[in-house]
Amino acid sequence: MIAPDDGIVLTEEQKRRRRARSIAIALSLGVLVVLFYLVTLVKGPAVLIRPL
Amino acid sequence: MSLVSEGADLTKPLALAEPSLAGVEDYLALMKPRVMSLVVFTALVGLLVAPGHVHPVIGFTALLCIAIGAGASGALNMWYDADIDAIMTRTARRPIPAGRVLPGEALAFGLTLAVGSVVVLGLLVNALAGALLAMTIAFYVLIYTMWLKRSTPQNIVIGGAAGAFPPMIGWAAATGSLTVEPVLLFLIIFLWTPPHFWALSLLKCDDYARAGVPMLPVVAGFDETRKQILIYTLILAPVGLSPALLGYAGLVYGAFAFACGAGMLWLAWRVYRDRVGPAAPAAAKKLFAFSLLYVFVLFAALLLDNALARYGLGL
Repeated sequence: MIAPDDGIVLTEEQKRRRRARSIAIALSLGVLVVLFYLVTLVKGPAVLIRPL
Repeated sequence: MSLVSEGADLTKPLALAEPSLAGVEDYLALMKPRVMSLVVFTALVGLLVAPGHVHPVIGFTALLCIAIGAGASGALNMWYDADIDAIMTRTARRPIPAGRVLPGEALAFGLTLAVGSVVVLGLLVNALAGALLAMTIAFYVLIYTMWLKRSTPQNIVIGGAAGAFPPMIGWAAATGSLTVEPVLLFLIIFLWTPPHFWALSLLKCDDYARAGVPMLPVVAGFDETRKQILIYTLILAPVGLSPALLGYAGLVYGAFAFACGAGMLWLAWRVYRDRVGPAAPAAAKKLFAFSLLYVFVLFAALLLDNALARYGLGL
């Protein structure tokens, strides 16, 4: 078992950058959700028709 | 066979990875935003000048996927080229050689974006556009970065095809097919790439030589490079005019293409002529700067010409 002292302790700068990365990932996922929603509205049932 | 060496002390915890110091801006830098801007612009022109009407949401989706695909190519390029990027002054401050992003992080980032952009473009827009984007990313990473770049002075000639595909992808996204017109747009960027990059390589020859990249001036010398720049520009100028000559664009485009082609030819001639003293690098610098303007102006003129024609104002 790893004692608490043996773990990696993040510096304030590392925490700040990790938080910024997490927010960027969340925003990107949010954009994808909105995009899929809008494309579904635009295409309607045709969203499932994908001729080659 | 044992996977653990005999001397290993299994009572101690495994070494933990160092926490990443990468910021969001480092991941954005991995995507080569300046290259991406050219890719997005040429793809936008391909999308808008294609016949028919594209719904803005579908058009935006296509451009977003093309931009992300270009970013993926950039990240994978930086992952593979981290060793030579560290040697060249122009690229030493990139996130991987600077130590802010680990190579594995860049690889995972690039692969995720590549797969994501191709799948989304294929599913939400059309399969042809998705397939072309996949081919473009594969061409840039596998053919140019991993194979040609370190093995032949023709690296940017053949590899330039990767940067020339975006208008074709834009056209395919709009129409689901390909015709002669997007192939002409492909040819313009394809033939523009050698004079553009060789002008830069005349200025950064020492960097490329130190990194062992066989750019044309390193392998064949400056004079041969100047000759090749002039030859490619002589081919580029009429090809740049071809959309107007073949009736795919009007006089507005033709006038801009003629003026910009003449400018490229004049500056390529200056590079060929001015071989000694401070005039030599100055000529190469001017050609490099003008070549960037050339491709932007040509594609903007095509967009303007097309818009005028759609509103019945074409010349």
